[in-house]
Amino acid sequence: MSKTLYDKIWDDHLVHTQDDGTSLLYVDRHLVHEVTSPQAFEGLRNSNRKVRQPNLTLAVADHNVPTSDRSKGISDEESKLQVETLEKNCDEFGIKLFGMNDKRQGIVHIIGPEQGFTQPGSIIVCGDSHTATHGAFGSLAFGIGTSEVEHVLATQTLVQKKSKNFRIKVDGKLSIGVTSKDVILQIIGKIGTAGGTGYVIEYAGSLISSLSVEQRMTICNMTIEGGARAGLIEPDEKIFNYLNGRPMSPKKENWDKALDYWSKLKSDGDADFDKEVTLDGKDIMPMVTWGTSPQDVISIDGRIPNPENEADEDRKNSIERSLKYMGLKPGTAIKDVKIDKVFIGSCTNGRIEDLRDAAKIVKNKKVAQHVYAMVVPGSGLVKQQAEQEGLDKVFKDSGFDWREPGCSMCLAMNADKLKPEERCASTSNRNFEGRQGRGGRTHLVSPGMAAAAAISGSLDDVRKYQN
Amino acid sequence: MQKFKTIKSIPAYLPIVNIDTDMIIPKQFLKTIKRTGLGKNLFYEMRYNEKGVPIEDFILNKSPFNNSEILIAGKNFGCGSSREHAPWALLDFGITCVVSSSYADIFYNNCFKNGILPIVLPEAKIKELSEYSKRKEEIIVNLEEQKITFGNNEIDFEIDQFKKKCLLEGLDDIALSLEKNPKITEFEKKLSSNKPWIFND
Repeated sequence: MSKTLYDKIWDDHLVHTQDDGTSLLYVDRHLVHEVTSPQAFEGLRNSNRKVRQPNLTLAVADHNVPTSDRSKGISDEESKLQVETLEKNCDEFGIKLFGMNDKRQGIVHIIGPEQGFTQPGSIIVCGDSHTATHGAFGSLAFGIGTSEVEHVLATQTLVQKKSKNFRIKVDGKLSIGVTSKDVILQIIGKIGTAGGTGYVIEYAGSLISSLSVEQRMTICNMTIEGGARAGLIEPDEKIFNYLNGRPMSPKKENWDKALDYWSKLKSDGDADFDKEVTLDGKDIMPMVTWGTSPQDVISIDGRIPNPENEADEDRKNSIERSLKYMGLKPGTAIKDVKIDKVFIGSCTNGRIEDLRDAAKIVKNKKVAQHVYAMVVPGSGLVKQQAEQEGLDKVFKDSGFDWREPGCSMCLAMNADKLKPEERCASTSNRNFEGRQGRGGRTHLVSPGMAAAAAISGSLDDVRKYQN
Repeated sequence: MQKFKTIKSIPAYLPIVNIDTDMIIPKQFLKTIKRTGLGKNLFYEMRYNEKGVPIEDFILNKSPFNNSEILIAGKNFGCGSSREHAPWALLDFGITCVVSSSYADIFYNNCFKNGILPIVLPEAKIKELSEYSKRKEEIIVNLEEQKITFGNNEIDFEIDQFKKKCLLEGLDDIALSLEKNPKITEFEKKLSSNKPWIFND
């Protein structure tokens, strides 16, 4: 029978299947961070259990770490305790940890690929919904809860029921100024925030294949915003070249064996998908969210929708609630919306190509006077690379704050947050109420669009700044 | 895990769609290293004003809903972040059953690991049930029989039989999986010879 890539990875990891289809899957790679793991380690201790495969586990502190000078440690007592707890747990259970002052430290979904820990065809989990990012490598990667983190630590397996197959095909080419962030925002706008619930999404089509490895990660990263736990892309030469020589990538004869296996990872030509959606690159514009769900998205030429035009009562109420929270009026051109802050970073858009995209726009220009703008590189290695290329100087010269790596204002667990009613153009992944700080108003955009907004002082069209 | 028992309670109705886990428990409460104590911060930003004073209008601040064990809510409940702090906060508040027309996958799974029953019902039935919240009348959720009783009416609901068993018996997932230890070991042996790069052998 023909199989999808998801079917194949699933079958290849089956340890046991019950009569009702509930399956025990083997986990190849487990990423751990400080927020969703302390209770899992405590559970292990309480039941006298060990970590079954410490070598398949990699830990990093990212959510709680300060992005300012770290020489004095963490001032917030609770954050400090959580980061120290991770250190103690990793030490006790023999897990490799990139500590706060390790130059390899960074956002868990950035360091996995960077180190070659993320590999095609593998099952990768982490107590974090943006684990979907790693699907860009043709792996089955998804977020789990803390009880499941404990389960994986103890057994290196996970109890799962199989999802359905959903293929999203994007053909054609990206227009100038349009990025993979705009592609995924448009997809979420089209399928809705629950459109992928119960499915694993495979992204396919000529536009997807034309994307760089990092651009693919941005797409897979936001799969969860469309409701699907995992999104993946068939791995190709770009992926293999990216992984070749990374610290945790297979070496010598193992590399050859891995490459042979990885090269065969694709959906069969006649494989059946339970749901399919198709987009054309020429229809994708620079996008921006106006509301409090990632599905609330319009192109930068668009206007704020009017709830009165909605027939569905739930949708109408939801738009009204969003507009009230966002302080926006129906019919307003989104380009007329003034902003207070700009955040460039996160597991969605905190990689080197993202920083290059943004730097290109801000070069020799100044951040608008009323705007505070910050760049938070996704990892210490991204930061180092950017500094070697002089991007830090470009950002600082134009008035951006250049910070230390971490999750930062994507979820505002550390000191970086919006104040009530502050409006932010953000390259992160969620515009939920309160996500970037209580009462804060988030507009999700690509790095180039965030840079354009910083210069203009309002949400703006990045294409204006393209040569 | 506590065994799931039949619940009799006045349900609280929150008629909002796409309630995300950031709403259920905002990030400032994720800094804890414990599972307990989150109930007072459940729905924090809807429940308290900027000064931390309870907002009287919010349903869970009002009697009898401050003692509700059942929460009825709009579709796609629990979307967003995978934080298990969301079901921990619900449980700590005293809610052991959620009723909605759909859930996000990760939240749905997390509920079962904590003895919370997430029931899926069609929108029309949700509207019908929500009347009992407005009238402050008790409804009964019986998992054994997969039945909700309200007034003289009954609704059946569907549930995965394995998940049902785990809830009713309060089974520890990890202990169950560890019973498969020989199979896991066997799998690892094969993995090590077929895909040696996984263990970096």
